[in-house]
Amino acid sequence: MTHSVVMSNAKRRELKSRFSGDRLFRMFTLAPALIVLGLLVGITVVLIWSARESIAKFGFQFVFSSDWDPANDHFGALPFIYGTAVSSALALLIAIPLSLGVALCLSEMVPGWLASRLAFLVELLAAIPSVVYGLWGIFVLGPFLSTRIEPILARYLGFIPLFQGPRVAVSMFSAGVILAVMVIPFISAVSTDVFSAVPPSQREAALALGATRWEMVRIAVLPYGFMGVIGAILLGLGRALGETIAVAMVIGNRPAISASLFMPASTLASVIANEFAEATSDVYVSALLELGLVLLVLGMLANMIARLLVLRTTRRMAAAGGR
Amino acid sequence: MSSDRKSLRHAAWRRRKNDLMMGGTVAATVITLAPLFLILGYLLSKGFSSLNLDFFIRMPKPVGEAGGGMAHAIAGTFELIMLASLIGVPIGIGAGLYLGEHGREGFAPAARFAADVLTGIPSIVVGVFAYAVVVRPMGGFSALAGGVALAIIMIPLVARTTEEMVALVPRELREASLALGVSHWRTTLSVVLPTALGGILTGIILAVARVAGETAPLLFTAFGNRFWSTAIGQPIASLTVQVYTYAISPFDDWQRQAWAGALVLTAIVLGLELMVRWLARNRLRIHR
Repeated sequence: MTHSVVMSNAKRRELKSRFSGDRLFRMFTLAPALIVLGLLVGITVVLIWSARESIAKFGFQFVFSSDWDPANDHFGALPFIYGTAVSSALALLIAIPLSLGVALCLSEMVPGWLASRLAFLVELLAAIPSVVYGLWGIFVLGPFLSTRIEPILARYLGFIPLFQGPRVAVSMFSAGVILAVMVIPFISAVSTDVFSAVPPSQREAALALGATRWEMVRIAVLPYGFMGVIGAILLGLGRALGETIAVAMVIGNRPAISASLFMPASTLASVIANEFAEATSDVYVSALLELGLVLLVLGMLANMIARLLVLRTTRRMAAAGGR
Repeated sequence: MSSDRKSLRHAAWRRRKNDLMMGGTVAATVITLAPLFLILGYLLSKGFSSLNLDFFIRMPKPVGEAGGGMAHAIAGTFELIMLASLIGVPIGIGAGLYLGEHGREGFAPAARFAADVLTGIPSIVVGVFAYAVVVRPMGGFSALAGGVALAIIMIPLVARTTEEMVALVPRELREASLALGVSHWRTTLSVVLPTALGGILTGIILAVARVAGETAPLLFTAFGNRFWSTAIGQPIASLTVQVYTYAISPFDDWQRQAWAGALVLTAIVLGLELMVRWLARNRLRIHR
């Protein structure tokens, strides 16, 4: 009797030490996981704190004022919010049809071996550093657009103010086009995943009813993947909003709102990149940090909604027996 | 009779519409891939002719003087990557192990979501954050600040790939170890981690490839340097920032060197990406 109690005490001690090892190790991995969570919260808090001077001085006027005048310490974010919005919108306008085309081509048209090779090439586009896009934009794409494409747009659509004005190599238009090239890989890769997750039974049902391939896409694939595609587009939007260097190199950096796409402009990200290192007064730095805060909030919103949408659709499809 | 002809016409019209739309998807793919080949072509034609031994072993010449190289920027990029990996990889692997092993408990889903959102935060914002928490307290730009900024970008990437690699380890392996009386943490360290190691390493290389091409977060953290420096408390040059400053400069020779730098940079980044593809083949899902 006593013997077995002693044994069980020893055993208990041993078990206890083993579990405390588990607890210790859990702490060791818990800490980094907390750091990840803390980083997201920390970035937000630190930006709000660092921008407090500008927030206190300009209040909500900051987002509505279009007067960016460092010399007189007056700062309004509107030109940059406008620039970010318009360049991203232009990029999506070009990128969405092309990305969906690529995604459909890869998931519905070409055989598997070719699809994986093409997908690889598209992903290489995402791997090219943005400073290289910028370099190419300055010396090749920008001049090409301003001498070849913009005259055509001006001739046929010149009655719209968007397509009026001087033609310079650095402009909102160049920024939109280069952004489009940069976000296509993201939108098309996620869309390809979403389309591939559509259950084969849906496709077969459409084909069995005598649908052509395009009709199958329209009846079965697109409606099924709709929310996922919206998520993919928002993911691309998040990239376009935050892209910095390539845009800073081709957009011309002019802190003003103009009706024409052919005029130089500026975005939230590009103005931070250009002016941060030379910002002299405290209010100036703090105003630039507040621009960063605006950018962070926009980027996080786009990303959170995108992740939730993509997660929800692919999960639902997996439940429905998709690939 | 006429209704037959009508339905035939309708069928032909449907076929034509099908050909048009599906042909459109192929055209979209061709248009999308054109910039890839154009950019690589320009890099090779403009960059290769400017590439010589001096580029790799010499320092920049004073403004306006032709010649010189980017030795300091190449070294700087490697030092920044080392610093970022030293900080980011342990944290990323730790967080990934936690998510993979305790993925359902408490706040794990929140941490996973945070990692996903972190990957989507504009990199310039990460740079601004590093400026506020490292550059300001230290009183100046430094390699360390650049390393911290790049590490923050690496952490969520490493964490998510580690988690997925850990989740791929067969349950039977864990159970076999636990059934032998080995504790959970020993099982994680000596059974799960070694099994997942290949995939985790691949994830690290991928994260390195991502940060090697970053410019924006370095602009006001590592800042750049015209001189040779490896001190972590001093501003340091990097290939990306050097290419950026040369590209927007008015000097022909600097622009020429920008193309050469861009070629080297792209070769490094694409080389790493190709290595990842080759190592991972179909095992790894790439995080965006």
